Amino acid sequence: MARKLLLEHINVPGIDTYEVYRSKGGYAAVEKALKTLSPDEVVEEVKKSGLRGRGGAGFPTGMKWGFLAKPEGVARYLVCNADESEPGTFKDRYLMTYLPHLLIEGMIIGSYALGAKVSYIYVRGEMMPQIRILEKAIAEAKSAGFLGKNILGTGYDLELYVQPGGGAYICGEETALLESLEGKRGNPRIKPPFPAIAGVWGCPTVVNNVESIAAVVPIINEGGEEYAKVGVGRSTGTKLISAGGNIVKPGVYEIDLGLPVEEFLYSDEYCGGIANGKRLKAVVAGGSSVPILPANLFLKTINNEPRLMSYESLSEGGFVSGTMLGSGGFIAFDEDQCIVRNTWNFTRFYHHESCGQCSPCREGTGWMEKVLHRLEHGHGSLSDMDLLVDVSKKIEGNTICPLGDAAAWPVASAIRHFRDEFEWHVTHASEAVSRNYGLAHYADPLPKPEPAAQ
Amino acid sequence: MLRVEEAEQVPVEFSAALTDQFADIVRRYPEGKQKSALLPILHLVQAEFGWVSAPAMDKVAAYLKLEPIEVYEVASFYSMYFLRPQGKYVLEICRTGPCCLVGAEKIMDHLEQKLGVKEGEVTADGLFSWRGVECLAACGYAPVLQIGPEYTFYENLTNASVDKLIDDLKAKGK
Repeated sequence: MARKLLLEHINVPGIDTYEVYRSKGGYAAVEKALKTLSPDEVVEEVKKSGLRGRGGAGFPTGMKWGFLAKPEGVARYLVCNADESEPGTFKDRYLMTYLPHLLIEGMIIGSYALGAKVSYIYVRGEMMPQIRILEKAIAEAKSAGFLGKNILGTGYDLELYVQPGGGAYICGEETALLESLEGKRGNPRIKPPFPAIAGVWGCPTVVNNVESIAAVVPIINEGGEEYAKVGVGRSTGTKLISAGGNIVKPGVYEIDLGLPVEEFLYSDEYCGGIANGKRLKAVVAGGSSVPILPANLFLKTINNEPRLMSYESLSEGGFVSGTMLGSGGFIAFDEDQCIVRNTWNFTRFYHHESCGQCSPCREGTGWMEKVLHRLEHGHGSLSDMDLLVDVSKKIEGNTICPLGDAAAWPVASAIRHFRDEFEWHVTHASEAVSRNYGLAHYADPLPKPEPAAQ
Repeated sequence: MLRVEEAEQVPVEFSAALTDQFADIVRRYPEGKQKSALLPILHLVQAEFGWVSAPAMDKVAAYLKLEPIEVYEVASFYSMYFLRPQGKYVLEICRTGPCCLVGAEKIMDHLEQKLGVKEGEVTADGLFSWRGVECLAACGYAPVLQIGPEYTFYENLTNASVDKLIDDLKAKGK
């Protein structure tokens, strides 16, 4: 079993309290960073670790920290993006529920590295229980001297606050999140200027995902170079995967990047295979926004090499035959799932969540939803597939923020890989809802491996 | 139950305890950036009154020294704020892909049948309303629903567990 860097103590009773977390070596990284490292040295360790943003984009965290402008006399901010809303992703909820102090410890180190005196954790409003957990943990950390004035006698001051969102997927986009933190509608900003130059209230700001900030703790404890030894190639470290859909054991798993997808999907240590003895039809590997892949292309690349859970391997083949690691929201579809219905469902989501600022996204998502709805319900025509591809291409790249791309990719990829199923919905209109197209040639061509030894 | 037009006319008063909580929130931000307190304050208002009426929004605007439109545009943008009266318990069930893979649509049908009202409507006793919401980031425990204002979570729903939940709330709410 791989070593856990984030979830090592997740099953320790009371690990959400300061005492237990501290007794398991918690806050040692804060002591090490504040007492023995300069802020720039902390940034250097994170750069060496090769940590890439865990929220979905995969941008190197150390580099992002390095970009932060540091004008004299202007406040700087670290904002944690805990607006987890990408369908299929629930790792941040898990982390905040069971290991709130890990996030707080990472926030203290990150704020110190960036020179922030006040930092915010922006949590989606629906996670009110997690907001309460974090507020309690912050109070505990403060009374233990890890927050507030003159932390550990080093002269460093930090206040940490939790900010609830109002229920909007778009606020997971960093500039929309900053608008929301300022008490406005979550309309993404045009970049540049990037938040590192002008973020919240016009001040230099870094926005990082919950898991990225938590990963700073093992990076400081072990050293950036040690952390970089875990994983494969430019995919260093461990990643939390939220596994859901039709699998035997849904849940959050910490994996070393580079784990073969077959092992992740079928071994008892992780997903445990497809539920109810069914066969795998398709997988969305990184949250609903990434291209959906049929089982055969998911398990092996187009060159017939086994696919790995890493940024590079999952994207091998580009969007023609590959996908993305994204946020690690892993959704498995069994043979009885309808791809057309699911694509309609996802598109309805993006239509609902489009902020409405850019016409291609505001109008295009609604148009695609309508077309997919009529296809799913047996009222479509064979030209609808070309229409959908056309609309999706006109959204992609033509919007201020990536929500447009995120809405276009699932539709384009579903038609690319499952066109015959869409056509079947037209040619068998009377059965479109009542019967399922089934597995066809997407079936997993590989024998199921023996379950891993316990 | 009042019609929306009538309910919108009811003036609201903020208690001292509530405005104390507002003040606590405003202190989190730099001087002059009190607008940042808007989302958290609207949550508190909704927890207190069950929804966010126009008179309540006007009072929030006055408190934060904002124009009323700055509050309206925010309250109407975010999906969590109710701009019309709801049942005492609002059951919000996730309707996005991963939940649907494991039967959320059937649970929604059952919910509609059990409560006897359509999505967005309030039951005659004023106790319940329900609606489908987008991904609640709990796909591993699907299907799920939440109930405000504390947003308690109910996971791995079945028809039986939904029945029990509603019966329990009925007993509690009377």
